[in-house]
Amino acid sequence: MTQTSQTFLGMPAASPEEQPHTGGWRTNVEVPQDTLRWGHTFPEGAHKTLANTQMRRNLGHATRTIRNKRQLRVDEMPDWEDLREAAEAVKFEVASRLPELLEQFEANVTAHGGIVHWARDAAEANRIVADIIKSKGIDDVVKVKSMATQETNLNEYLADEGITAHETDLAEMIVQLADDMPSHIVVPAIHRNRSEVRGIFLDRMGDAPEDLSDKPEELAGAARAHLRRKFLHASVAISGTNMGIAETGTVSIFESEGNGRMCLTLPDTLITLMGIEKLVPRYQDAEIFAQLLPRSATGERMNPYTSMWTGVTPGDGPQEFHLILMDNGRTKVLTDPIGRQALACIRCGSCMNICPVYQHTGGHAYGSVYPGPIGSILTPQLTQGLADDDPVHTLPFASSLCGACAEVCPVKIDIPTILIHLRARSVDVKRRLVPDMWDVAMNAATPVMSNGKAWLAATEGVKATRLIGRDGRIGALPFPASLWTRSRDLPVAPKESLRQWWKRTHPEGITPARSGLGAAQSTATKENR
Amino acid sequence: MRIALFATCLADTMFPQAAQATVTILERLGHEVVFPQGQACCGQMHANTGYFKQAAAIVENHVKTFEPVLDGEWDAVVVPSGSCAGAARHEQRLVAEHVGDSALVKRVDALSPYTYDISEFLIDVLGLEDVGAYFPHTVTYHPTCHSMRVARVGDRPYRLLRAVEGLTLIDLPDENVCCGFGGTFSIKNSDTSTAMVADKAANVMSTGAEVLCTGDYSCLMNIGGALSRVNSGVRVMHLAEILASTKEAPFEGHVSFQPSNDQVRL
Ligand code: SF4
Repeated sequence: MTQTSQTFLGMPAASPEEQPHTGGWRTNVEVPQDTLRWGHTFPEGAHKTLANTQMRRNLGHATRTIRNKRQLRVDEMPDWEDLREAAEAVKFEVASRLPELLEQFEANVTAHGGIVHWARDAAEANRIVADIIKSKGIDDVVKVKSMATQETNLNEYLADEGITAHETDLAEMIVQLADDMPSHIVVPAIHRNRSEVRGIFLDRMGDAPEDLSDKPEELAGAARAHLRRKFLHASVAISGTNMGIAETGTVSIFESEGNGRMCLTLPDTLITLMGIEKLVPRYQDAEIFAQLLPRSATGERMNPYTSMWTGVTPGDGPQEFHLILMDNGRTKVLTDPIGRQALACIRCGSCMNICPVYQHTGGHAYGSVYPGPIGSILTPQLTQGLADDDPVHTLPFASSLCGACAEVCPVKIDIPTILIHLRARSVDVKRRLVPDMWDVAMNAATPVMSNGKAWLAATEGVKATRLIGRDGRIGALPFPASLWTRSRDLPVAPKESLRQWWKRTHPEGITPARSGLGAAQSTATKENR
Repeated sequence: MRIALFATCLADTMFPQAAQATVTILERLGHEVVFPQGQACCGQMHANTGYFKQAAAIVENHVKTFEPVLDGEWDAVVVPSGSCAGAARHEQRLVAEHVGDSALVKRVDALSPYTYDISEFLIDVLGLEDVGAYFPHTVTYHPTCHSMRVARVGDRPYRLLRAVEGLTLIDLPDENVCCGFGGTFSIKNSDTSTAMVADKAANVMSTGAEVLCTGDYSCLMNIGGALSRVNSGVRVMHLAEILASTKEAPFEGHVSFQPSNDQVRL
């Protein structure tokens, strides 16, 4: 394998038998303490991931495939825009009536035999889960893929408490086996290709067949056999939810593989962790999202498995159902009238699949389990990490504001506008006493750009500052311009400025005679003396 | 018609060609162009970097400069940049709202309907697709994100280009993917920006076109800088420069790039 021949500086070469068969690339992500805040800035994260050419190929291929499938399935819907508007309206209603809807939801879950817990933050949520599991006297549980539990770093917490939580979603299982972090909210192992998956299975999945190839059917077969054993002896399952319905107290999971359905039906006890924003008011509202979500997320017309449950049903499915309603920063997000739109997110992943920044850097660069465009607006709000000494504050700047994300978002979240808004909030809370380079640049440009006379003087000066050296090449530019010139050439400033040209071609400021409008000419004279 | 030209800060300092070409087209079509003094910038760079307070002062200046259009001094404000037209409709309002200046919000709202990107003005106001241009070259067009998604100029630039005599328009693969400029993004996230523009440049080169055209000079500067770095031999031109070209007077103002001998030197 190529790895054995590579020794990186400062990294001792491992002996061949310790080398995992991960197809050429091993994760270099350390599982963070705080999964919303891994500790690096976006530019630092991106610098590292951009160098990973294998990951970029995997990602480019996978995002293009999903994007194309999504487009196909969206194009065949005559009422797609109406559906998006309906979804946006429902989510707006949820944000405006959240407290009463939550109370209604709690009452209905309880009325149907469920047990509702409230968690202010991740630590509280994790403790509640661990206590329930311990009360059953077991140390082994199965899990449905869930962003809420990723957000609280539940698996790590449970491991510290002596409890093993087995991810049963195929991609999530790959990430877990590889001691990796998810790189996408729908397709957590999107950064891996199948030869890497084969390697991970051979190294880490004790019961993988020795002659396992990297054919998708064989990989899925090995995972199925491995997981079947877990399902059959699990007595407690943990899930998140795609949607809670206030009117009925119903909770739901939309999935593709059926592993979720196994977890939701076989064990005696089911624990569901839900962010408080994942509500819809009425049962009928589910219809809208059941159409938007699968088409947006995986390009399927319908989810192969849609599970909905309301409390407990004697003799059918889990006989004990715990629902944990978690805030973890969400009520703070609600207080920002522009930023709160981010809470409408249904975690479909469309915005990251279309985002050219995400496509190049991958999810790990964002330093949060919520990557991509939605992560760039959600993470800084959940953590309130907008001060300039917090690495999280770089996330709203991790976008070229191209707007592709807003175009595909099924709930019409205006991500670019929120990005700009959060940048402004970040600039407003700067903690530094000494202005940084951006303060200096922006403040210096303002009086010039907001005053015509000053601007005129400055533009006349551009020629004088042409950056051409004696040899006709542009000289070494100081930071930050060097960040531009290391990959791009610079345009040559014009010999004649626009105003000089105007004076030359419009003498006395009078426009050419062919326009023949006397009044206008005098205007021009006045404006262009 | 009497048309006020908003040259944009970038055209004013670095790329006068786009503004000159806009003037040339409009005058050739028999209209009068005036150049309102006092203009500087639409405030987009400050707003997009989060400096809203500073942006508000710039927006205020912009509005003050072009407000005479409301009194009939001119018929319209035309700008050779979809991005700045978009800023007049979107970012300027955002800025005014953020700083809590409701009077400025009203003034921005009043002015923005009079502001047109050159492609919108030619097609929507003048009702023209064929503006009498002649440009015997192969061209590929990058629609630029802000023209496309903020200003929503739609297919207007394509319609104008298709009507140019002698011009062969070649489709650009992945044309609606961002080139990675994003204003200060290109500096704050220069690694990522570089990766994005490399893709864009590769797509441009794959078309074999002689000229890359856009309706925004910022993106043209970014892609052009990358194309120049690899000595691609592709020229970059603003939409207005192509539309300004005629048999009698080919537009000569295309931008040139200088290689930099400054390799990573922070
Ligand atoms: S922000 Fe929109 S597109 Fe992105 S994951 Fe959420 S719902 Fe999907």
